[in-house]
Amino acid sequence: METAFLIEKVILVSVIFSISLGVAAYSTLAERKIAAFLQGRVGPHRAGWNGMLQPLADGGKMFFKEEIIPSESNPFLFIMGPSLALLTACIGSAVIPWGQPIKIGDSLVELQVTDINVGILYIFGVVSLGVYGIMIGGWSSNNKFSLMGSIRAASQNISYEIAMGLSLIALLMMSGTLSLKEIAEQQHGFWDGSYFSWNVFKQPLGFLLFLVCAFAECNRTPFDLPESENELVAGYHTEYSGFKLGAFLFAEYINMFVSSAVMATLFFGGYNYPFMDVVNEAVGPVFGPLIGFGVLMLKIVFFIFFFMWIRWTIPRFRYDQLMNLGWKVLIPLAITNIVLTGLAINIFDYIN
Amino acid sequence: MESLTNRKKVLEQKPMSFMERIYLPSIFKGLAITFRHMFKKKETVFYPEQTRPVSENWRGMHSLKRDENGKERCTACGLCALACPAEAITMTAAERQKGEEHLYREEKYAAVYEINMLRCIFCGLCEEACPKEAIYLDGPIVTADYLRKDFIYGKDKLVEAPFKS
Repeated sequence: METAFLIEKVILVSVIFSISLGVAAYSTLAERKIAAFLQGRVGPHRAGWNGMLQPLADGGKMFFKEEIIPSESNPFLFIMGPSLALLTACIGSAVIPWGQPIKIGDSLVELQVTDINVGILYIFGVVSLGVYGIMIGGWSSNNKFSLMGSIRAASQNISYEIAMGLSLIALLMMSGTLSLKEIAEQQHGFWDGSYFSWNVFKQPLGFLLFLVCAFAECNRTPFDLPESENELVAGYHTEYSGFKLGAFLFAEYINMFVSSAVMATLFFGGYNYPFMDVVNEAVGPVFGPLIGFGVLMLKIVFFIFFFMWIRWTIPRFRYDQLMNLGWKVLIPLAITNIVLTGLAINIFDYIN
Repeated sequence: MESLTNRKKVLEQKPMSFMERIYLPSIFKGLAITFRHMFKKKETVFYPEQTRPVSENWRGMHSLKRDENGKERCTACGLCALACPAEAITMTAAERQKGEEHLYREEKYAAVYEINMLRCIFCGLCEEACPKEAIYLDGPIVTADYLRKDFIYGKDKLVEAPFKS
């Protein structure tokens, strides 16, 4: 492998990693501030200017707390749990196209760590592995309630994965490719002459299903039974303290970030925005893709705000309502979506 | 079963309509309600820059008052310490010497007067018991501190300032 390629990828990976960590850290602050604004109060505002250094204080607090490992637990698994959760959360951001390729000199720098041609399948694989972190955490705590929390989490996760995959099949039928980069390229601009080019307008039901399943995969209200603080005494992270707890909580926010990025890329056009050709001509080959990256970050921020908005509005689902929704409502809807999309594609091909 | 009063209201448990079952319309209504909250005035009081308004009968920190001539009223009679249900007040009496006429009203005064603010329940019985109208609970909220011993307020913190308006 050439050195230039290696260096470029290492820089890209470190930049994307630090961005995802930074966004997740400030998501913790945003969560508290947005929750406060939605409840008619002001969130943290003493640490730094208007509370901006609060994540630093929270991170420091997590480091300084005492790390307790229960005596009857399995120490190896106890430490593996949060590590797995954090690992699978971080590696999900590897296949997302963050912008168009930047032209520096005469070499093209791709703004994507790797463009494997089964991008969406990779994301699904990583999301499925995320269940392991929770299950191992709950089991190794040697605590019946943590175990119940992790069992609920695992069953919720695998039920909604099916609906998520099925809802994307219709999208794949329309775009013809699994690679995230090509899906983003197909949504170029905003209006492609006859119809909106973003996938949300072509697949509204698919987007809704994917959104609901993303909420369930991130263990986010209204599906947050695994970590319900007043039902299961914090569920699978009861016995954790210090950095391991911080790892679990951080992994949830990174998961939110990656889910928002995937939703923005698949359905909302990724780095595309209306009049992007005009802007790209005016600004040049280096800044144009960076503006696209900025637009993608704006969409991700909007989705994270939406996650939090929903969390502080809607009450939690009961477990049987949750399972009912996942198996009896979402899967039939997803299959109907596939059938309708297939019919529509055939009719359009027949007309043209 | 017959109801005793007519105030019993029987709730109808109708099965959910289609619009209710898909949750979405009510979710949107809920989202609109919470979103409107973001633009309303916030209820937070930024203590200590702002304080909440207090009523007329507010009981805050104690203060030992002086009379019109600037002399301390307290004569260390001990009625406040006796009345205190939390036993928060302690004092040591002393005799007024020749040169101290302008400082104290009567011959007996409190050389050491201490109130343990952590024990005090701010009930105001000491204020009611005092025969010399020397102690009043009209100060602000007692500020926070780090050590327990810093909460035992002596005369330096309790006696009113000598310049009376």
